[in-house]
Amino acid sequence: MMRHIFSLLMENESGALSRVAGLFSARGYNIESLSVAPTEDATLSRMTIVTTGSADVIEQILKQLDKLIDVVRVVNLTEGVHIERELMMVKVSTSEGDADEIMRLTDIFRGKIIDVSDDTYTIELTGDGAKLDAFLQALDRNLIVETVRTGASGIGRGSRILNP
Amino acid sequence: MELTGAEIAIRCLREEGVEHVFGYPGGAVLDIYDAIFRQDKVRHVLVRHEQAAAHAADGYARATGKVGVCLVTSGPGVTNAVTGIATAYMDSIPMVILSGQVPVPAIGQDAFQEVDTVGITRPCVKHNILVKDVNDLAPAIKKAFHIASTGRPGPVLVDIPKDVSQKKTEFSYPSGIQLRSYQPATKAEPDMLRQVVQVIMSARRPMIYSGGGVILSNASEELTRFAKLLHFPVTNTLMGLGAFPATDSQFVGMPGMHGTYEANMAMQNCDVLIGIGARFDDRVIGNPAHFFDASRKIIHIDIDPTSISKRVPVDLPVVGHVKDVLKQLLSLLDASREKPDPGVLQDWWNQIELWRSRDCLKFDRAAEVIKPQLVVDTLYQVTSGDAIVTSDVGQHQMWAAQFYKFDRPRRWINSGGLGTMGVGLPYAMGVQTAFPDETVVCITGEASIQMCIQELSTCRQYRLPIKIVNLNNRYMGMVRQWQEFFYGNRYAESYVDALPDFVKLAESYGHVGMRIDKPSDVEGALKEAFKLKDRLVFMDFITDQTENVYPMVPSGKGMSEMILV
Repeated sequence: MMRHIFSLLMENESGALSRVAGLFSARGYNIESLSVAPTEDATLSRMTIVTTGSADVIEQILKQLDKLIDVVRVVNLTEGVHIERELMMVKVSTSEGDADEIMRLTDIFRGKIIDVSDDTYTIELTGDGAKLDAFLQALDRNLIVETVRTGASGIGRGSRILNP
Repeated sequence: MELTGAEIAIRCLREEGVEHVFGYPGGAVLDIYDAIFRQDKVRHVLVRHEQAAAHAADGYARATGKVGVCLVTSGPGVTNAVTGIATAYMDSIPMVILSGQVPVPAIGQDAFQEVDTVGITRPCVKHNILVKDVNDLAPAIKKAFHIASTGRPGPVLVDIPKDVSQKKTEFSYPSGIQLRSYQPATKAEPDMLRQVVQVIMSARRPMIYSGGGVILSNASEELTRFAKLLHFPVTNTLMGLGAFPATDSQFVGMPGMHGTYEANMAMQNCDVLIGIGARFDDRVIGNPAHFFDASRKIIHIDIDPTSISKRVPVDLPVVGHVKDVLKQLLSLLDASREKPDPGVLQDWWNQIELWRSRDCLKFDRAAEVIKPQLVVDTLYQVTSGDAIVTSDVGQHQMWAAQFYKFDRPRRWINSGGLGTMGVGLPYAMGVQTAFPDETVVCITGEASIQMCIQELSTCRQYRLPIKIVNLNNRYMGMVRQWQEFFYGNRYAESYVDALPDFVKLAESYGHVGMRIDKPSDVEGALKEAFKLKDRLVFMDFITDQTENVYPMVPSGKGMSEMILV
């Protein structure tokens, strides 16, 4: 069971997302995360899906995605060199007087404090999934009030380009 | 000139060459029905239940190769049609469904007769489109026909809100269509085909396994020439029957759960298996692990890449339109000086003939009760093998597939993938509408026929002279058979109590009814029925209650692990 990242270009039409999500649930494939947004070309959306599966399941997922009428292009990013990033916002409690420690950790992980209230900091952090996990591990669990993660976005390195 | 959306929908059908639409009116499609009323090019066939509209359009498509069209209203109209849409989807049948929808401003308001049609049908269509602007309607219908009929065919639904069908716009039908996200392959890679030819030439125990894809791509001629040229044995799946002539000596019968002994043994023991437009379905190869225990090279020709290596790993995948690929292969074979070794091939044929001599389809022809096999066999004789046969789902379907020898494609119309009871009569309606002068027979059982029995009324209205062969054993026969084999003879809810008098029922709809309960009357009754050329005849054959379909590969077993009679 390997982790794979699929990158898709699809027609920016209503219902396209549910076709992809429906395919995964109908055929019993896993979705670890899914992120989608329009591209610089307003007729296209770009989606990143992180999934796990055996080699033959992964091959089927690729083919099944490609078969969807709204999917223009699909690639398995994990098959070549690629970059993966995820954005996370973590709200932590500062009421116990740990503010300095939190700022130090945020610096080490190259995060930013983007909101401050009387008793909370909200930290923004980007990186691959493992880095975000490590940051959460490093924080005192009792201080975490809320987390939100976007799920991974992926892009091929250098000349590896996903064109319509 | 400006037309309403409703008029545009019908004009689009005309542009696509549609002659018949099967449907049922309702609130959301009243404008479309009004547009139908005010023209005479597209003819409408009024069914009695929307499920039958979808099945009839599906049957029409299977028999003609054209895109079948059905028209239903919003809400219950479309939910009733879903079984028919799913049936067509599982067998890759080109179909366009036009459904009414509540007006755009009412969508999402839980309006009267509103359902999320695009959501409900999404998993059982090739594609679907909700049209929210009348200017998008003609392009959407063009796209629907294009997607339905190309690549691996399938049903496409166009959902038309009532206000869209009422609004006006300038009509022009797009002449062509290019979709950047949909470009199905046609021809195969030449390099791969050269490898395929090499493997074929070196085969010692070759086998051609062809399915519905051959019929869908109208490649029967090419398949037949291919098989004849190589003198390889051929098996046609349930969906592929008629693609290669069943009366040809190279035909070894159907494979699978109720396939012939020789077809299954040859599939299991071959060293080169050439799958053409077939998908290694669970009802064909049984347990994939057992199938894969035997070593053989598998060549798989299919237009849909997802069908390749889905259930069994394939050695030589060939993605392309079956007809084009077979043409490519034929020209390579014609140019090749090599031929398969006739001596080696003869050994293989000797083995197959030995399996064939097992006579796996034998039944008691002298029985005192009517054996269902006898009815189908006699039907085959009486119609000289020349009827278009539709069937429902169950034992009778398997006997029809085993005993009616189809020599031509598109003469055998049945629900293979979804296994939908109730399709037989509406399929026959679709076929008879397309071919008024052909002999159309519906082989059914007393359980299946009751699932769409109301369509006897449609048959009366349009004077469809369908011949219904009802194999009446008072049981859901296939359910009963499984209960006998695998559930210790506990016949839970498979006995059909309180059956109607089918003769009187047929008569009450204005048809001819016949009841036949003696084997000696079977042939006479069939001959009598086929003399009534312009009438629907309902033949109620009272058959052996406990007859089973053999051979049988029990669920979970391998192809060569058959229960034989």
